[in-house]
This record gives sequence, C-alpha cells and structure tokens, in this order.
Amino acid sequence: MEKYTINHLRELEAESIFVLREVAAQFENPVMLFSGGKDSIVMFHLARKAFFPARVPFPLMHIDTGHNFDETIKFRDELAESTGTRLIVKYVQDSIDSGRAVEEKGPNASRNMLQTVTLLDAIEEEKFDCAMGGGRRDEEKARAKERFFSHRDDFGQWDPKNQRPELWNLFNGKKNVGEHFRVFPISNWTEMDVWQYILLENIEMPSLYYTHEREVFQRDGVWLAKAPFMELKPGEKVEKRKVRCRTIGDITCTGLTLSAADSLEDIIQEVAISRVTERGGRADDKRSEAAMEDRKKEGYF
Amino acid sequence: MSGKESGYLDMELLRFTTAGSVDDGKSTLIGRLLYDSKAIFEDQMEAIERASVGKGGEEVNLALLTDGLRAEREQGITIDVAYRYFATPKRKFIIADTPGHVQYTRNMVTGASTANAAVILVDARNGVIEQTRRHAYIAALLQIPHVIVCVNKMDLVDFDQERFEEIKADFSKVADRLGNKDVHYLPISAKLGDNVVEKSKNTDWYNGPTFIGLLENIPIEHDEDLSDPRFPVQYVIRPHAEKYHDYRGYAGRVAGGVFKVGQEVAVFPSGMKSKIAAIDFGGEEQQEAFPPQSVTIRLEDDIDISRGSMISDAKNQPQQGQEIELMVSWLSETPMALRKKYMLQHTSNEARCMVTEVIHKVNINTLEEITDDKSVGLNDIAKIRIKTTKPLFFDSYKRNRNTGSLILIDEATNNTVGAGMII
Repeated sequence: MEKYTINHLRELEAESIFVLREVAAQFENPVMLFSGGKDSIVMFHLARKAFFPARVPFPLMHIDTGHNFDETIKFRDELAESTGTRLIVKYVQDSIDSGRAVEEKGPNASRNMLQTVTLLDAIEEEKFDCAMGGGRRDEEKARAKERFFSHRDDFGQWDPKNQRPELWNLFNGKKNVGEHFRVFPISNWTEMDVWQYILLENIEMPSLYYTHEREVFQRDGVWLAKAPFMELKPGEKVEKRKVRCRTIGDITCTGLTLSAADSLEDIIQEVAISRVTERGGRADDKRSEAAMEDRKKEGYF
Repeated sequence: MSGKESGYLDMELLRFTTAGSVDDGKSTLIGRLLYDSKAIFEDQMEAIERASVGKGGEEVNLALLTDGLRAEREQGITIDVAYRYFATPKRKFIIADTPGHVQYTRNMVTGASTANAAVILVDARNGVIEQTRRHAYIAALLQIPHVIVCVNKMDLVDFDQERFEEIKADFSKVADRLGNKDVHYLPISAKLGDNVVEKSKNTDWYNGPTFIGLLENIPIEHDEDLSDPRFPVQYVIRPHAEKYHDYRGYAGRVAGGVFKVGQEVAVFPSGMKSKIAAIDFGGEEQQEAFPPQSVTIRLEDDIDISRGSMISDAKNQPQQGQEIELMVSWLSETPMALRKKYMLQHTSNEARCMVTEVIHKVNINTLEEITDDKSVGLNDIAKIRIKTTKPLFFDSYKRNRNTGSLILIDEATNNTVGAGMII
C-alpha cells in the first residue's frame, strides 16, 4: 500500500495555507503586514501558493520607521511590483509629525514601540478587519500563548488571559464593529523550519541575510549597524566586520551576527548550532522580562 | 517527491499534548526534552535563571519556560495552552502543554484537539488517581490516536518492577473502559533522566523504548482517516486574468480519504455528481490529494459550489442531518442554555442551532454518567442533542476528527463556548 504522508515542511505549509484561505473567506478587508524580514517573505510566498493562479486577494502593508536598511526597501518594492500586489506604506514619521507619537531620545532611542501607534491608526483609517503577521510561537514566550486567530478589541488591545479557545482547525473570526483580528499563519513554524522551507522552495531573500562587509559597532555585547541616525555612546567605535542579519527589523534594534555564511545551507548549519535565540540580538526584547507581552497588549505586531 | 526533500528536509511532524500539575514532574520532563534536544537556548536559560532567583527559588525552575504570561509567572501556575517546539534528527515535535487541574479542562480539550499523542504522567508513589482518569478520559473523548503513560519518579520507588506493573494494570483497566487507543507504558525518572533520552541502568527488567525513542517511532501514518474522501470547500478561486478566463477552482484542505484525478464525486448540499478534472497546488498539478494537504480541486462540470460546500466520493458519502447527537465540552463561564440559539462552525460550513436536550453529563473524575443534574457549565462535559437550521454533512467523530468536530459560538459575545464531537 502507498504511504500517504507528507513531511514536516509540507504539513506546516498546508496548515498555513489553510489559515490564509480562512482569512480571505472570513474577513472583508484583510491586510498582510510586511516588514521585509524572512518571516513575512515566507508568509507572502505561502499566500501566493494559496490563491494561485489568482493574485493574492489582499494588500501588503509596511509600517515604516524610516530607520531601514536600504536593501529591505528595495527588496520590498521589487517584490510587490513583480507580483502585482498592492503595497501600502505607513510612516512612523507621520505619526511623530502629527503629534500622535513621541520620539524617544538618547543613544538607545528606537522607533520600534512607536510602530504600534502608526499600525493601529492605519488599521482604523483603512478599515482593515484583519491584519496578518509573521509572528511565530517559538520566537518569544508571550507569543507562545498566541492564537492563530487573535481577537483585538476596539482599542486594538490583546487580552492574553481572556483568549478564545481554538480547537481543531475551526477558526472563529467573529467580531463586533470596530474590533479586528490579528492572524498568524506561520504560528507553528520555528526559525529552522523557515530556513529549511526557504531552501526547499528556493525563495529569494534580501542580501542582508547573507554575509557581507559592513561598518558596525558593539553595544551591550550586540553588534549594530552604523547608520546616520544611530548615536554612538562614549567608548563605542565603528569597525568593519563580516556580518549577516539573523532577523531584520528596524536598524536601531537589529543585532548582526558575525558570520561567513553565504548560502542557505550555511545559514541552516549556523542556525542548527546556534546557542542563542534569534531574538537574543533584539534590543527591543531586552527592555524587561515581559517586554513583548506588554507591547502586544497595546497592539504591537 | 523531489530528491531535495530528503534528509533533514524530510522529517515527520508529531503533535503531542501533555497535561499535568506542578507536582507530577511534567515541567521537568518537558524541560529535559527541550534541553537535551538543544531547543532551550542560552539566553532563554539565563532569563529563567534570573527569574528563578528573583522568585527566591534555589533550583532553576523549568516551568518558567512554558509559563509565558506575567500572571502565570507571578502565580506560579499555567493558565493557558503553551506551544513548544523541538526536533530530533527523525521528527519535529509540537508540544501543546496544558494545565492539568479540573478547572482547566477546557484547555486540556483544546490542546488535545490537534494531538497525535497524549502524554500522561503518573507519580509512581501515588499510582492511578483521579487526575489520571481525567486525562485518560479526555484523551479518549478527543480520540487521540496514541497514549503514552509515563510512570514517573521511579527513583522514589527504587525502580521497583512490581510497582510499575501494578500501575500498568490499573491504567489498562481504565483505558479498556474508555477505549483509549494504542497505549504505551514507560518507567521513567524525569528528574534523573532514566529512560527519557538515555536507557536507564536501573530498569534491567524493562525492554521497551525510551520516551524520546517512542516519540520518534510511533507510527503516525494512519492517524488520519484515509478511507472516507471528504473535501470541505473553503474558498472559490476565480482569477480575473485573461489567461485563466474559465478557471474555477475549489480551495480547501483534504479532511479525509484520498482524492484522485478522474474520480467521480458528489457535491453537497446539492448532491450533484461530477468528476475531478484536476488537482492544483501552487502552480503544479498533482494526481492525488490526501489529508492534511491543502489543494485546489477543479471539476469537469460547472455546478453551484461555494464556501461551506462539501465534496465527497460519489459512493462514500457523509451523513447528513439537522438533528445531531454529540458530546460537548463547555468552554464558557456562561452556562449552556436550552433552546437558545448558537452559531455553529463545522468544517467550512456555518449554521445556527439550538440545544434541544441534555441527555447526561459526565463526571470526568469517576467517569460516571450524571442524569439528575443537567446544568452544563464551564469545564463540564455532556452528551447533548442539537437541531440546526440547515443540514450538516458530517461523519462521526470516532471515524473522522475533521468532519466530526464542531464549535458553538455565542451570538451575543462572539465567543467560542462549546466544543462538540458528533456521535
């Protein structure tokens, strides 16, 4: 008898595609949040497979802090262009200029937190009833408690202690006017699954993920990229190193890894032997024990 | 399958659930699995060490790994289902870790709903207790295909074979009565590592696999129903492009059986027959589709199909009906109300329904049927009868977990209030 089984990557793929199709079927005006990082690239790749040969039936939206790696923006624009997908960009700078958000000061300043304001304003303005994100449960302990379909009240807030039970593959997307959902199609993927899938499907990735020479400096044991808006503290000095990104976010809080990995196989090897989580280099998570939980409650990604 | 999908790109995925309380060593067992398989990273370990010291603990408290929310850490209890991930060279694992106390029955049911295997911990000193029966009952109710009974803390009973056999006999009596499937028994010490990853030197009398060995090798290819072809339509794909002018594809996930190109199928609710013209996936055509694949099916005839329709084999058809008996696990603090209208989600189909009768409740600690008290509140499990506004196309939950399950939603709050398993 034939063996009707599929491997772990195909099973995760099938689950994510199921979730993406549920979103298209259950919501009137969904949007896919796109940061230009590997998780959102994989999520978008899955969406293209889910609806093929039709186009992806929702737009992409980038909450742009203005503190980006140039490569990210170029990659983002080319991907939207080549796939005929509508791209919405909302700027944190606009939220600051209109007084909706206040910029942090000093060398540790980051616009990471401010993205929540811009994101929630955009959801309200564009009347999105669902925003999909590339968050994964293995990333962070507050995310481990997250549902695939995560309900948000009309203030955009998450109530982790009062979440809807989620059973089998039955996703309840019902809500009142003004409320919305966050949906995480790749909840069950690990960092390793993401890279293995990128290799399996041969998905094009921004060059930042591969080794390159860059001007960097070290802060609290984390390598950060030199950029015009990055203020150096006394004693910090810029040097050239061969680095790559393990995650890509706002440049102010994205730690770089010293690495010579120049292929997907090398990256997978590196992930396999790494003893630090990918978010270990993220300054935004280091602020407190419950930094992610607190940000998520307010409406962060 | 291409040559590329071999080696580390070709592992099976096993989902298992663990239920237990603070004292039975569940966190220690999970912590050991994660640590030994290198799924705990140094920065996570440092964070746990910091937090353990902060709470005045002397030993590193691995429960802090799964207790992700501030309230959980403060109170030292697991409130919600936590998902954890690890892999060995053979398989990738997803753990749904749930609190084991009776007041968290709804979380245990949630974790169990997608599991291939249930891990039940028994303290070797205490043997089969009320909590053990409760976990066995939930595993049976949710039809978890495999049950692993870890008789833990064997070190505290001097690795005594007789004690192990005694517990095994006690549990198998419960399992026989409940109909638990494929039960395995292991003597372990999660704290010392005996028979967890490494075979124990203290249990010469035990010839079975280690815990990790069992997780890696339990055959899971028959966990899905491969006999009854069922395809609930999720979404209709109609590209607005000249090239695909006549394309009409039905997107969904195979819920049972094997579908093949050329197969004669029936479509519900109309009951119309057609043949499968093609099975598409992401730009490629495939000859067949089976659970849990997500694909797009095209039919030879243009018939009325939309979200909520069900495609089945022409001969092997689902049951249909509007009066349905089911077991329900109640998930809401607001008790179930007779005659009240609830929304119901079943596969991709939605209907309204009302509960017409509570047949009996179940005491999940003693496994007795309760007929003199028919109020169904939070964490209760009951056999009920419902009436729906339109026909459902279903199989019994015992036959197919996908087409036999449903959820009830309160129309006023939009909350998911009940989990149903069709009898």
